Amino acid sequence: MTVDIETYSLSHLQALESEAIHIMREVFAEFERPVLMFSGGKDSICLLRLAEKAFSPGRFPFPLLNIDTGHNFPELIDFRDRRAAELKAKLIVRTVEEAISAGIARPVPGETSRNRLQIPTLLAALEEFRFDCAIGGARRDEEKARAKERIFSFRDAFGQWDPKNQRPELWNIYNGRLHPGENMRVFPLSNWTEMDVWQYIAREKLDLPSIYFSHTRDVIRRDGQWLPVSDLLPLKEGEEPQTLPVRVRTIGDISCTGCIESAAVTVEQIIEEIAAARVTERGSRADDKRSEAAMEDRKKEGYF
Amino acid sequence: MEATEQTQTAAGAKRRVELLRFTTAGSVDDGKSTLIGRLLHDSKSIFEDQMEALQRSSDITGGGEVNLANLTDGLRAEREQGITIDVAYRYFATPRRKFIVADTPGHVQYTRNMVTGASTANLAIILIDARKGVIEQTRRHAYLSTLLGIPHLLVCVNKMDLVDYKQDVFDAIEADFTDFGTRLNTQDITFIPVSALKGDNIVERSTRMDWYEGPILLNHLEEVYIASDRNLTDARLPVQTVIRPQTPEQPDFRGFAGQIASGVFQVGEEVVALPSGLTSKITSIHTLDGDLETVYAPMSVAVTLADEIDISRGDMIVSRDNLPHMESQLDAMICWMDEQPLNPARKYVLKHNTHTVRCMIRSIDYRVDIENLQHVEEVGELKLNEIGRCALRTTAPLLFDAYARNRQTGSFILIDEVTNRTVAAGLIAEPVKEPPTPQFEEYAI
Repeated sequence: MTVDIETYSLSHLQALESEAIHIMREVFAEFERPVLMFSGGKDSICLLRLAEKAFSPGRFPFPLLNIDTGHNFPELIDFRDRRAAELKAKLIVRTVEEAISAGIARPVPGETSRNRLQIPTLLAALEEFRFDCAIGGARRDEEKARAKERIFSFRDAFGQWDPKNQRPELWNIYNGRLHPGENMRVFPLSNWTEMDVWQYIAREKLDLPSIYFSHTRDVIRRDGQWLPVSDLLPLKEGEEPQTLPVRVRTIGDISCTGCIESAAVTVEQIIEEIAAARVTERGSRADDKRSEAAMEDRKKEGYF
Repeated sequence: MEATEQTQTAAGAKRRVELLRFTTAGSVDDGKSTLIGRLLHDSKSIFEDQMEALQRSSDITGGGEVNLANLTDGLRAEREQGITIDVAYRYFATPRRKFIVADTPGHVQYTRNMVTGASTANLAIILIDARKGVIEQTRRHAYLSTLLGIPHLLVCVNKMDLVDYKQDVFDAIEADFTDFGTRLNTQDITFIPVSALKGDNIVERSTRMDWYEGPILLNHLEEVYIASDRNLTDARLPVQTVIRPQTPEQPDFRGFAGQIASGVFQVGEEVVALPSGLTSKITSIHTLDGDLETVYAPMSVAVTLADEIDISRGDMIVSRDNLPHMESQLDAMICWMDEQPLNPARKYVLKHNTHTVRCMIRSIDYRVDIENLQHVEEVGELKLNEIGRCALRTTAPLLFDAYARNRQTGSFILIDEVTNRTVAAGLIAEPVKEPPTPQFEEYAI
């Protein structure tokens, strides 16, 4: 960290980092069994770095949890496992597949994406391990409903978010009090934007899964997006796969994660690309396009 | 264009991109959401898919113009009712600064949200409808902004297009507000005539108000001097947790971790741990990126001390020759935020920095009528969105400075013991008694 002893000022990244570290430490101090959601995606990679910083020179005191849709980019899963092993962190994976077999998650006929099915899978995992707090990498700039969510987001015994009944959040004082069975979702990156995340990745020289960088891939054009060709994406009539240099901006269920055409092979090139971008990163997620309030509805059910 | 961590100034010197947090208050009618929408739109922070979503959404204004207000009203009920229910946070950046906007509704029943948004802001934008001038709501916004200690007020006289961009309308409003503003405890007030709808003086200087030579909105947000807003005088580190790795490499490391609330700390400096009063010296300031010599608010740090003294969460490490107050009886302005009124017969949980205690409200001295700012005495309770001056007693002494001097160590929240809801925000008043003079013989064990 560079210190400025002339003006005692902080850059915006330093200020955001300090805020996030403070939040991590509050979680550790106020909850009995916190867990950190780690998918191997870029936001959770930043979260992991902040957790390391918050408890250095000690190790961060949270296990990692991933809700695996089974509809994955293999590069992401490899990265997730490798990073957790490097940090000697305990990684818990619960899959939508298992949740479906156990009857916890029930697919609706015709539903191809498994994002919705992550909700019951996540709630069951929180219950199984009696986690009272889950730290997530969601940001308020991602989506309109998120813009109104607290950093400490209270969830009732059903995991539900009630936007009209949120706890006021003032200064840097967070209210982490819970009754048994309730839990908290905590979002240390709430005030970060996509650009802040990439600048932080650049500053911290963080490793990323390769699919964030330009690579060639077979894709099809559907609803204004380039979707990756996979076994999970049956081609519709008239759809012709093309091979293009692409990268992903945000990673979800592979069947609904749009790729963007890109030649960016370094973090610096990605930053330049985002600075010029004219579409938000969530614009490449088909699950958010379904309706004006798609995210709000999923959050009310217990989604992150 | 987006900000990088540093930016090049005209002179070629590197300058840091700072963070500026501001709040906007005003009702739908004042064009508040339109103003934010305009700022985001004209500073190129709205993306194509957001514009598409706006065009898809049902309420497109007449004449085919996109309703910029819909950018900020995110929840379904808000769009249906055309109101803003909650604090919404928005982000945009220029090469100079990154901005966090706390967009709050302005109606009287939303005082709670305004207070929330104002608690972290460097600057408040107060919107005035040029046709209506200074109204009760304007006074309420200005009062709450100064009560919450926002250092800079920016008064935007909006809808200038509807008064033919006339200078005398603007001048009259400025005079009116200034007259009222002198009664508020604020140093920095700036006035700008704008039209959010037409884009006058938001990002581009208006060609329709040649008589106005002051700063335009975005310009002012980029330039306003915020470095001296922080308290760098009173060194205070509220301890969040103690880091003890107990590893073979670090068998004895004990780092007192926290976010510096105010002031500056240096390696070698003599400090006092409160409430114990034991003194020691800072031996190192640890971060994952290497040790530091000097740190300051609002950095998150872990410090080690020369002596093995007992310090835990809720304690505070402070400078040896500048101590906070240490009292269990205190006066505070309380902003009540819960449907259930403040009940003086009940105990509440009080969270102050990292310190959680229980407290009772000994008396409500007066309530502030936020319509006319008059004090109302002999009140038995405080209801949702009411603000009153109260005397409190806590189960353990708080280590604090007056809010007017230190927003971080002068603030607390109250929590209902049964519902666990955050029910109030508290701003501690300057006690009559002086803070203790540093005499360690008295404390030392």
